[in-house]
Amino acid sequence: MGKIQFSLEGKIAIVTGSSRGIGKAIAIAFADAGADVVVASRTISDLEKTADEIHSKGRRALVVRTDISRQQDIENLIETTVNEFGSIDILVNNAAQLILMLPSMLRDEGWDKMINTNLRSCFISSREASKFMIKNRKGSIINIGSVAGTMAVPYESAYAVSKAGLIHLTKVMAGELSHYNVRVNSIEVGMVKTKMTEAVWSNPQVAKIFEQGIPMHRIAEPEEIAAVALFLASDAASYVTGASICVDGGASLAGFNPDIQGMTLPEKYRIHKESSE
Amino acid sequence: MIMDIFNLKDKVAIVTGAGRGIGKTIALGLAEAEATVIVVSRTKEQIEETAAAIAEIGGKSLAITADVRSKEKVEYLVDLTINNFGKIDILVNNAGGMFSVKTMQMSENQWDVIISENLKSVFLCSQAVGKIMMEQRSGSIINIASIVGIVAQPLNAAYAASKAGVINLTKTMAVDLAPYGIRVNGIAPGLIITPGTEWLYKNPESMSRAIPLARGGRPEDIIGGVIYLASDASRYVTGETIVIDGGLLIKPPINQ
Repeated sequence: MGKIQFSLEGKIAIVTGSSRGIGKAIAIAFADAGADVVVASRTISDLEKTADEIHSKGRRALVVRTDISRQQDIENLIETTVNEFGSIDILVNNAAQLILMLPSMLRDEGWDKMINTNLRSCFISSREASKFMIKNRKGSIINIGSVAGTMAVPYESAYAVSKAGLIHLTKVMAGELSHYNVRVNSIEVGMVKTKMTEAVWSNPQVAKIFEQGIPMHRIAEPEEIAAVALFLASDAASYVTGASICVDGGASLAGFNPDIQGMTLPEKYRIHKESSE
Repeated sequence: MIMDIFNLKDKVAIVTGAGRGIGKTIALGLAEAEATVIVVSRTKEQIEETAAAIAEIGGKSLAITADVRSKEKVEYLVDLTINNFGKIDILVNNAGGMFSVKTMQMSENQWDVIISENLKSVFLCSQAVGKIMMEQRSGSIINIASIVGIVAQPLNAAYAASKAGVINLTKTMAVDLAPYGIRVNGIAPGLIITPGTEWLYKNPESMSRAIPLARGGRPEDIIGGVIYLASDASRYVTGETIVIDGGLLIKPPINQ
């Protein structure tokens, strides 16, 4: 397609949380677009499946067992990537965890876990990867955020705060690293069909309630997030930095539309009893 | 192959303000992605040049002279497109204009001119094309807004307000049209150097200092975002305005 460069030919990418879901879809899309991909998560056996698919696209894959809540694991991931593949062009901070709990009932440990796993880890991996990107005078860091980071979604409390922090981490790092031609952007995802949201989409009744709250009336497939990650990773986005792109089927637009207000969680997440009960 | 999701083969796209600057580049970019492009502006010579440039790269286009501030002309544009191609898959609302005037000295007419060029035109085109897309049960509308629709721009109050209006029209029409499989999104460019804005950006050095990615934008910088939003690659994205500004919005105006 001539001047429009969505290709990742010859680039080295790291994707965290790539054993399944959004991370796996991104890793495979990147390989399809020509990148060699380092896949990282806690579960080696699942990562190897992702690696097999990358190989089947004719690209190199490197499996690095990584628990992103552990600093030395992240440092090892970056180091191993540079030792084995020689460089890092793209870092996708995708791994995350979710605890559903009202903030007033959340324990200290839950708060710490959310902030550590979803925010601190992204800071550390970006800091470590950017050392090489600064040297190369190029790079693209992509943080996978959530619409929970822009709206006060009930029960998502600390998760939402970690994701809001990620949006701002994106901006402050973009401001600093732009000087070295390193771009930092985030993707705010709505509801995507992954393990994290299984409780919703695996139950048709619950799924229907959530779908009604989304203007597009459906839950996203992981591949739909991979496409925007590919755009941001590629030279087609060479003038995009500090941006936040929302991929949510319009869910965060709803504003004051009574038809799409209201959120009913499955019984097991309901803590406050309705007053009529 | 993943690249195929960005392809616009067999799609029919309308680009307003396609005679020059960003609009001309968008028209060429869409043609390069294999869309058939309807190039629209008030100035016949300019859109004929754009059409010729599209023909040169082996693309297909039709030049239609129309003033998108007029409901009647917009309906003519839509009819002519449907008569020729039978459908409209993509609408890029790019036409617009600006001039600088102190807010407290702006005349009523000056306000009306800017609002009509930048905001009313987007409404008129989106409504007319939206009706076709509702019948088709598919379509992608892309509004070219501006970062000035998000932050203040002294001397351009009406322009800034019109672009803020475009950003919200994008959101509201996205909710309106989602049930019909139509997506409505926007792009907010930063400082883009075009023949029409060259007079504004005469000092590239100060621009490099002000913009985190250390350069003024080029019309080409916008195309990737337009193709992403026009194509199936963004099929779950609606109501969103993507900022393409080299990081300008994230940097406070200090040390310049």
